[in-house]
Amino acid sequence: MWAFIHKLGSPKWFYGISAKLQPWFWAAAALLIVTGSLWGLAFAPADYQQGNSFRIIYVHVPAAFLAQSIFIAMAVSGLVFMVWKIKVADMAAAVMAPLGAAMTFVALFSGAVWGVPTWGTWWMWDARLTSMLILLFLYLGVIALRGAFTSRDSASRAASVLAMVGVINIPIIKYSVDWWYTLHQPASFTLTSRPAMPTEMWLPLVIMVLGFYCFFIALTLMRTRSEILRREANKHWVQELVAGQVVKVPAEEAR
Amino acid sequence: MHSSLHGASNSGSSQSSETAQQVSAVPLREHNGGLMTAVKATLVRDLTLLLRRRGEVLNPLVFFALVITLFPIAISPDPELLAVIAPGLLWVAALLAALLSLDSLFRSDYDDGSLEQLLLAPQPLAALSLAKVAVHWLLTGLPLALMAPILGIMLALPAGSYAVLALSLALGTASLSLIGAIGAALTVGLARGGVLLSLLVLPLYIPVLIFGAGAVQAAIFGEGVSAHLAILGALLAASLMLAPWAIAASLRISING
Repeated sequence: MWAFIHKLGSPKWFYGISAKLQPWFWAAAALLIVTGSLWGLAFAPADYQQGNSFRIIYVHVPAAFLAQSIFIAMAVSGLVFMVWKIKVADMAAAVMAPLGAAMTFVALFSGAVWGVPTWGTWWMWDARLTSMLILLFLYLGVIALRGAFTSRDSASRAASVLAMVGVINIPIIKYSVDWWYTLHQPASFTLTSRPAMPTEMWLPLVIMVLGFYCFFIALTLMRTRSEILRREANKHWVQELVAGQVVKVPAEEAR
Repeated sequence: MHSSLHGASNSGSSQSSETAQQVSAVPLREHNGGLMTAVKATLVRDLTLLLRRRGEVLNPLVFFALVITLFPIAISPDPELLAVIAPGLLWVAALLAALLSLDSLFRSDYDDGSLEQLLLAPQPLAALSLAKVAVHWLLTGLPLALMAPILGIMLALPAGSYAVLALSLALGTASLSLIGAIGAALTVGLARGGVLLSLLVLPLYIPVLIFGAGAVQAAIFGEGVSAHLAILGALLAASLMLAPWAIAASLRISING
């Protein structure tokens, strides 16, 4: 168990194993997303209230799921980095932050687009929209803090602390925004009052959610690999690897 | 412990780093200062320092009054309209004023090196930073809370909500100081941390704002305020418990980096 964790902590080992895992996740993501989109957009029945506009759900919900999951994953990576000093965990956290912010933006944007046919407006101060917006600000804070430090080690640790502080606050923010919403707005526009979805509507949704998760894992692996190469650029194994892959002559000359 | 803290504060940056290290080395070996002694010393030192720099204490209050003045000018001097938005305005303005004062929380200690002395102290850094935050609240949050009812009169805040306004602000700004200190500790080592600080801290302030402004609204509508105040108290208890550790960890990151 401990040997496994220590192996995982080695960038070189992670670089190797992620190369093997990556194609599987890409294939799974492509298969699931193509199946889910085709099924959801073309074959699933239209909603009896919202018509075809409900199909935005097949992008909106997976993005919203990911937006929250990525923050948690980022905070867990930060914790792992702070406790065990595993560098790979921090590299993963670093590449996850922009991905999470992008997913939050996708969820917000698709929510706004969905709002036009259902609510008749681009933006409503709906509880879930509002907490999503706050989540976006939290992501931007983590990204900005990481970018503000000149020392990489300080940046990593500061971003880890902020991600952990944020993850403790996310449920508090979520529940207080829910409370705020119920106090201020009549619950006339919530989508939760909709009748339960039939199977042929939610099955493609599940496929899409799984597809988005696979996509996220594949993309994180890929970007962590390039982050490893970037940060370990002066390590022997990286130089050997690069020399072996590209051109052999200049590397030998350099040695 | 006493001597090192006072020594660092009085002489400031004129003291060379070598002597500072020698001074701090003494209590490390002797261990004669207990936790309470160190916390008390930090409290007294920070109070003294802040009371000598009156401007820093007064600026957030002036800012609070100024921002409140801007709203009637920008929106409307109509008392009926102002009364509706007054709780939110007062809370947002007080929150921004508290935010404004955060940047200086650790800044001067960082500049003159006394923050490093706190880190070297044998007492837990979390307790000492809690003392610093307590002083910050005492000279920022509490005055803001006491001043808010006066500005409430100017905004035609309905009667019956004044005590709740002050109480909710007093409770809420304590949480704001604790949460904000995490951001201040994270950004103290950065040259231009001010804007970044607000980006980090403002999203985390939202629960406090919701229940603080909610308490005043509830008081205006004659509903029970105890639920809001109880949640503000719960937020304060949670941040009292968790924030000092985060502040201490962040200070270590800022000093070592």
